[in-house]
Amino acid sequence: MRGEGGEAVMEEKRIKTEINWTRKDLLGLKDLSREEIELIIKTAESLKEVSTRSIKKVPTLRGRTVVNFFVEPSTRTRASFELAEKRLSADSLNFSGSSSSLVKGETLKDTAKNIEALQVDLIVIRHSSSGAPHRLAEYVKPGIVNAGDGINEHPTQALLDMFTMKEKKGKIEGLKVSFIGDILHSRVARSNIWGLTKLGAKVTVCGPKTLIPYDIESLGVHRTYNVEEAVKDADAINLLRIQLERQNEPFFPSLGEYAKGYGINAQMLKRAKKDVLIMHPGPVNRGVELTSEVADGPNSVILEQVTNGLAVRMAVLYLLSLVRK
Amino acid sequence: MQLEEVRKILDADGVDRTITRITHEILEKNKGTEDLVLVGIESGGAILVERLHSKIQAIEGVAVQKGTLDITLYRDDIDEIQNQPKMRGTRLEFDITGKKVILVDDVLYTGRTVRSALDAVIDFGRPKWVQLAVLVDRGHRELPIRADYVGKNIPTAQDEEVAVRLKEKDGLDEVCIMRRVG
Repeated sequence: MRGEGGEAVMEEKRIKTEINWTRKDLLGLKDLSREEIELIIKTAESLKEVSTRSIKKVPTLRGRTVVNFFVEPSTRTRASFELAEKRLSADSLNFSGSSSSLVKGETLKDTAKNIEALQVDLIVIRHSSSGAPHRLAEYVKPGIVNAGDGINEHPTQALLDMFTMKEKKGKIEGLKVSFIGDILHSRVARSNIWGLTKLGAKVTVCGPKTLIPYDIESLGVHRTYNVEEAVKDADAINLLRIQLERQNEPFFPSLGEYAKGYGINAQMLKRAKKDVLIMHPGPVNRGVELTSEVADGPNSVILEQVTNGLAVRMAVLYLLSLVRK
Repeated sequence: MQLEEVRKILDADGVDRTITRITHEILEKNKGTEDLVLVGIESGGAILVERLHSKIQAIEGVAVQKGTLDITLYRDDIDEIQNQPKMRGTRLEFDITGKKVILVDDVLYTGRTVRSALDAVIDFGRPKWVQLAVLVDRGHRELPIRADYVGKNIPTAQDEEVAVRLKEKDGLDEVCIMRRVG
């Protein structure tokens, strides 16, 4: 609506405080500025309302095509992206690793080129190799959304975590956020660390020595092997799943032993702040990272994270679609 | 883009008198406040809704329901605009089915914003009817849309802009015609 009178004049004023989105891809939070992260969260706040309507759909991305290219198994992230696409009226197409030509020997590049030849606008990719989305972004024109690459990043998960913290605590700046569990193999932790430190939160990581990278402090976080220390002053505790599928060698004696040392139960929760947020990216291993009592208790925002994930993914798809090719 | 002021159309008193007149017209045409709801298009229309709301309350002693509409998600030009629209969110916390909806905006120009707003309203339910109230109609319609209540008809050239300044966002009330320079 080219310059609706007064609107155009106001628009000029707004620009000074709010940045424009300029990226074609969302590869990770490492690359984003604080302002870009805040813009995504703010956009998600507006988009959350759409899912509360009786007709949960807006025509925004009508005629756009999004390919969900999931080379690594995923249920919740893929479902969340698919639903986000539907709520924005985009057409979506699913390619999964096991059913695609990758198993017949086609390279990632060739598969990507074939997807591009279908004239799609966005590709959402989940891949077991770190950096796969970045390579894809070099190969093809459509915008790329990283839905998790190996142990590198899972930006939309971190964005929905930050969105949830902001919604519950009113801000991110100054919050104390602890991550407990398998930090080494966690792309969720990595993306959160990039994002949270940019937004001014204080991050602590905690877990068995074997599951924390030795140079983690270089990312601006505090390390501890003492769960009580990680729990005590935290405003939010993000529990990470033990990713047995990424562990080729034993990093700890047994899951039972892990639960005893690092699992969060009601007793440990008593040492935390009364209003601490218990978060988990899912899927939850009840009795390992946390007990059912904690997972289903009043501090848990695990299911709200899922709801917010939808709004965040809608925001990402929307913002990337604003960028002219 | 630089803008310079060509002339002032309404000062603060003029803006207030105009809103008062529109309020009376709305009440007259709808025979009071029954089922009447005000829906403002973000962001100018949302401010005008607040003004209309308090005037209706002063005249009729009734607080009608009100909401705001962010039409960003209904635009037909999402990747063609220089200045990206910033989302403000929609707040319609009541059922609009069967209601007499007064859609409010500051300036009526091409009609595309109103087209988007009508689509958005209808996604929330089936109103009894929708009427349009604008502070300024500056002409140059690109769609078959007209307003039911107009504060001021201002013939403009395409290279002009109408600036509706409101206390809540600009610190003062006035309507001016601006021309693009350079």
